[in-house]
Amino acid sequence: MTGSIRIIFHGSKIYYAWLILLLLLILWGGSGYLGQITHGLIRTNMRDSVSWAFYIGNFTFLVGVAAAAVMLVIPAYIYDWKPIKEIVIFGELLAVCAVIMCLAFIIVDLGNPLRFWHMLPLIGILNFPYSMLSWDFFVLSVYLLINLYVVTYLLYCIFYKKDYKKSIVLPLVLISIPMAVAIHTTTAFLYNALPGRIFWNSALLAPRFLASAFCSGPAILLILFQILRKTTKFEIKDEAIWTIAELMVYAMFIYLFFTIAELFKEFYSGTEHILYWKYLLFGIGDHKEIVPYSWSSIIMGCIAFILFLIPKTRKNFLTLNIGAVLIYGSVYVEKGIALIIPAFTPDVLGQIYVYTPSWTEIKTAVMVFSLGFLLFTFLSKIAIAIIFDDYNIDSLDKKMRLPK
Amino acid sequence: MKKENSRRSFIKNISLATFSALALSGCNMEIFDEFLQKNFRTLSKKEKDKIIKNLEIKYKEKYGKEFRVSVKLAIDVTLFVYALYLSKCVGFRRCVYAYVKENNLSRNPQIHYIEVLQMDKEKGIDFADSDAQYNPEKVPEKGHFYLPVQCQQCRNPQCVTVCPVKATWQEPDGIVVVDYNWCIGCRYCMAACPYGARHFNWGEPYVPVEELNTELHFLGNRPRMKGVVEKCTFCIQRVREGKYPACVEICPVGARKFGNLLDPESEIRYILENKRVLVLKQELNFQPKFYYFFGN
Repeated sequence: MTGSIRIIFHGSKIYYAWLILLLLLILWGGSGYLGQITHGLIRTNMRDSVSWAFYIGNFTFLVGVAAAAVMLVIPAYIYDWKPIKEIVIFGELLAVCAVIMCLAFIIVDLGNPLRFWHMLPLIGILNFPYSMLSWDFFVLSVYLLINLYVVTYLLYCIFYKKDYKKSIVLPLVLISIPMAVAIHTTTAFLYNALPGRIFWNSALLAPRFLASAFCSGPAILLILFQILRKTTKFEIKDEAIWTIAELMVYAMFIYLFFTIAELFKEFYSGTEHILYWKYLLFGIGDHKEIVPYSWSSIIMGCIAFILFLIPKTRKNFLTLNIGAVLIYGSVYVEKGIALIIPAFTPDVLGQIYVYTPSWTEIKTAVMVFSLGFLLFTFLSKIAIAIIFDDYNIDSLDKKMRLPK
Repeated sequence: MKKENSRRSFIKNISLATFSALALSGCNMEIFDEFLQKNFRTLSKKEKDKIIKNLEIKYKEKYGKEFRVSVKLAIDVTLFVYALYLSKCVGFRRCVYAYVKENNLSRNPQIHYIEVLQMDKEKGIDFADSDAQYNPEKVPEKGHFYLPVQCQQCRNPQCVTVCPVKATWQEPDGIVVVDYNWCIGCRYCMAACPYGARHFNWGEPYVPVEELNTELHFLGNRPRMKGVVEKCTFCIQRVREGKYPACVEICPVGARKFGNLLDPESEIRYILENKRVLVLKQELNFQPKFYYFFGN
């Protein structure tokens, strides 16, 4: 325990700078959330017309990250990338942090966060199986527990220099892969299940969700693997990274295709349902406030697609990383704003309330993200020490015996 | 499993800290009781009575007025139904304000249960082209008609289905109600409602003390807290006592009709049997109990 704490607080100057940056961001963001706690959600720009917005969008994005991190285990297995155990560990660590951030975004979005216990089994009343939100809560919790268990167990075995039992790990990893699909599909169904919200009432919503998750989730791991490769003994071949990039191109293409199919249906048939897409892409009348969001997402996505599509730029690490950041940004804006806001604007009675995130919402989101990054940094630091730096039970014993 | 240990002790510490903070902040058992209060539908008669008594005391301390909080159950063989005579409505919006007053709706931030939409006669019922902010000197305006929308009290209410904690439900007399003490404020019901009937207390609701209605129902017009969803209950505190909802009573042109569908002698039964009625967004199959009808 003390050893882990020592690992967390020891590192290079860059590492300390990173920690301080995160802490400052948490404090800055926390000041926004504090205001929301005392005055209520009135501090956000959400109102009765647009009753869900940036928070739930962030939640959706992170569900995608959590799902994709684990789904990456499939190609790692099929293509027989050497460090499969490491990929599983870091993928699952990312998934654990992402799910915790998801739950945090749900909690900051609640009007009565203290009543969260109403959702817990046995002491509360969960409207299971009728409410899709109860399903989502259920699958996310199970997913969190499975990943947390597998990753702690693996690290525990390495730490105590024991062989891990394949009969325990393999089935759980194999369950967590379909679970990854399940959490994202359930989240899509959460929106899809509302016939009153025409913008979401398309069967393509869940497939588009999965495709976009496969774009943004691996982007994070792509960059993480490069950092690990530079700073630790972690070995991953260039080919493996390029294969991830190649898989992302397929995902992007499928996503693009689904979106074009959706747009064709909406714009060619030109029913009144087109209104929401119009608001998203062009604005209605003078209300063009979210147009910059949607087009920045489209442009970032297209540039990333081209960078990943051309083999030359895909295999150049500079352009590859630019592409990874762009696709991450593109999916973030798409999930954070472009997926949610048009479903509520115009509202169900045709009135337009213009929503853009308030400072309180941005600060709170920064707080949750910084907390998540901090958690992920700490957990990865411990994992790196255990896997690569011979931090184990023997080294600990040796240190204990040394006189001070 | 070291990490798990630390996590567990962290949770233990934080719950201890929360508990002692609660105790230290001089918070009496009342708040704690309220925090632990169960879902209304699982309460026994005795528990209900106790909660009601505490509420009446609390309201008296807070507002300096005597309140009567009712938990009156639905009357047998009753199904409340509403009908609105569209040709008569001229958009005065008296109903909007009567409703606010009767139901102790927050004045700041402002909440309305009824949205009156001004529609273009040429276009018919077209929400996208409607105007909720109409403000001419005189209504009705030429070439327009008015469509008031409030909770449609669906027979198949999706807002109830989606609630993750069963904080909202349909009563035997057809009224969809919310337990304000159980609602966690996730607003899924608001996303599900196609009529914009559900409203959220984004901030601490404010009602001037002198304007407070003191005849309350636990599931209706009792003062709300911030962070919970509320909605039209057909004025549950009135209709279960045999009175009309406030919006029906106030309407100066008599466009609003209300009654028990299961009573063959009722006016509402006559209207449904003899007029041509329609419901809004019928294609969604939510089956509203709120009907609209034009002339004869």
